[in-house]
Amino acid sequence: MIELRDLGVRFASTEAVRGLTLEVARDEWVMLIGPNGAGKTSVLRALCGLLPFAGDARIAGRDVRSFGRRELARLIAFVPQNPATPSELTVAEYVLLGRTPHLGYLGVEGRRDRAAVTHALERLDLLPLAQRGLGSLSGGELQRAVLARALAQEAPVLLLDEPTTSLDLGRQQQALDLVDALRGDGLTVFSTMHDLTLAGQYADRLVLLDRGALAVEGTPREVLSPENLAAYYGAEVRVVHDDDEVYVLPRRR
Amino acid sequence: MAAVGSAEATVRARGVSRPWRFLAAAFLVGALLVGLGVGPVAISVTAIVESALSHLPFLHVHNPLNALQDAVLWQIRAPRVVLAAIVGGMLAVAGSSYQGAFHNPLADPYLLGVAAGAGLGATLAIAYGHVGHSGQLLPLSAFVGGLAAVAATYVLGRSAGSVRMAGSFVLAGVTVTLFLTAVQTFVQQQHSNTLRDVYAWILGGFSTANWSQVEVAAPYVAVSSLAIVLHRRLLDVLSVGDEEATSLGVDVPRLRLVLVVAATAGTAAAVAASGLIAFVGIIVPHTIRLLVSTSYRAVVPLSLVVGAGFLVLADVLARTVVSPEELPIGVVTAFFGAPFFAVVLRSSRTMR
Repeated sequence: MIELRDLGVRFASTEAVRGLTLEVARDEWVMLIGPNGAGKTSVLRALCGLLPFAGDARIAGRDVRSFGRRELARLIAFVPQNPATPSELTVAEYVLLGRTPHLGYLGVEGRRDRAAVTHALERLDLLPLAQRGLGSLSGGELQRAVLARALAQEAPVLLLDEPTTSLDLGRQQQALDLVDALRGDGLTVFSTMHDLTLAGQYADRLVLLDRGALAVEGTPREVLSPENLAAYYGAEVRVVHDDDEVYVLPRRR
Repeated sequence: MAAVGSAEATVRARGVSRPWRFLAAAFLVGALLVGLGVGPVAISVTAIVESALSHLPFLHVHNPLNALQDAVLWQIRAPRVVLAAIVGGMLAVAGSSYQGAFHNPLADPYLLGVAAGAGLGATLAIAYGHVGHSGQLLPLSAFVGGLAAVAATYVLGRSAGSVRMAGSFVLAGVTVTLFLTAVQTFVQQQHSNTLRDVYAWILGGFSTANWSQVEVAAPYVAVSSLAIVLHRRLLDVLSVGDEEATSLGVDVPRLRLVLVVAATAGTAAAVAASGLIAFVGIIVPHTIRLLVSTSYRAVVPLSLVVGAGFLVLADVLARTVVSPEELPIGVVTAFFGAPFFAVVLRSSRTMR
């Protein structure tokens, strides 16, 4: 579904992403991990047209640069790390914004759009809150509203930048469970992730970036080794394998 | 099935609810009638309506006014009221669109330098064109000055920043405004005999309003405000920021350019017709945000209607409070607008 070949992203003086080649298959969930500044976010932003890039990036076999903005937005829904949630908009109004790429330039939402939004709200248990202002929601409800907007976009690819920051432990699990459940409807997910234990439990495959380049790629079991995490994060960890799951535990030096 | 239907009913943008639509329309009609009826020659509402109908063909309504009253009503008051309405509506709707386009609640229609440019244009016309504070050259010069200033701001803002576009435009606007104001002050000082005329123009007002001014300004205002009203949903999309709007498929720089061109053309035409009238572009949209809704689907159309009514009423005060003298209308909008806005601001806080 997503193919990156020799992807490069440059800021004025630094190379944020260098020669990155990877693929994300249809309905797969691939997570980018790596230390701060490794270029994880830049990869996502390049892919959805927010950053100019070198190399080749394809969605569904077609060059990302050949898509118009609206066309691309019908293929990719992007949830940034800190999405703007204007407190005065209602949940329904906010999720309706997700229909923008499906409307004509000056169009307004019709039946089909309201049905898509209703479906998204239902899917994320937000229908009872549809008329509430975003400002009155809790952190977890807000996260669901953001996901609902992305879902209303009806794009086959979902890009999530650090979907669990600023959520407590329970909400982190709920958010990731929700994304995982949405994959059942046919959704390719490409995300960045800070928490390695959660990354190991939800991702099909992990890609560890180091200073913009691919360092290690593979299953969570392969990537999350104490050696890799020492080499690239400079971290001292114990990795526990239990019931097919991988747990990364930091150790005090 | 019924459950899905009712769910879909809740999945709507609020827009302007029916009571608010009615209230806004009633406010505008009331303001227009007050504007037409109040003055040294008092004319009753029924007389206004009958006289208006008598001027329409095929209705055969008797005009209750004598020739003098009829001339006062249709040649003096009506163009003044209509001009105040279209200027007020334009300034309010332009203010609301600038606030959305630049993510800046303090943005007013003069944000990008249209006022300073128009002020310089008017000053040059008065200083070198010997036009007094009326005539054709002055509004044209103000209009061109306003457009040129915003064009300069736009070019400067674009060259300054591709990353934080909104912020760089605002800073460019401040830069252009300061520079043009300096030039204007210099020209004014060199021609101190024109101080009074320049000052009178800058304070703004409708004392010289006539139908030809309405004819000149109306097309710009109509096209500009229609363009902004049509973009009200996209202004809501912009409220999630440039990046997210982009990832939702919106060409943000182009959208911002369209909004700026629309708001500027209309504002420049309004300023050319009436001088600089402050506060309308800020107070009216924010009052609507605080009382009705912050969605641009409500703010934009209601700003147009309420701004029109507000400036008509302000003009009535301007010409009656110290009659037969006139107050500058900018003084009235600020003197009554600011305390009113303070009350709205306070009461909206206690409501929450």
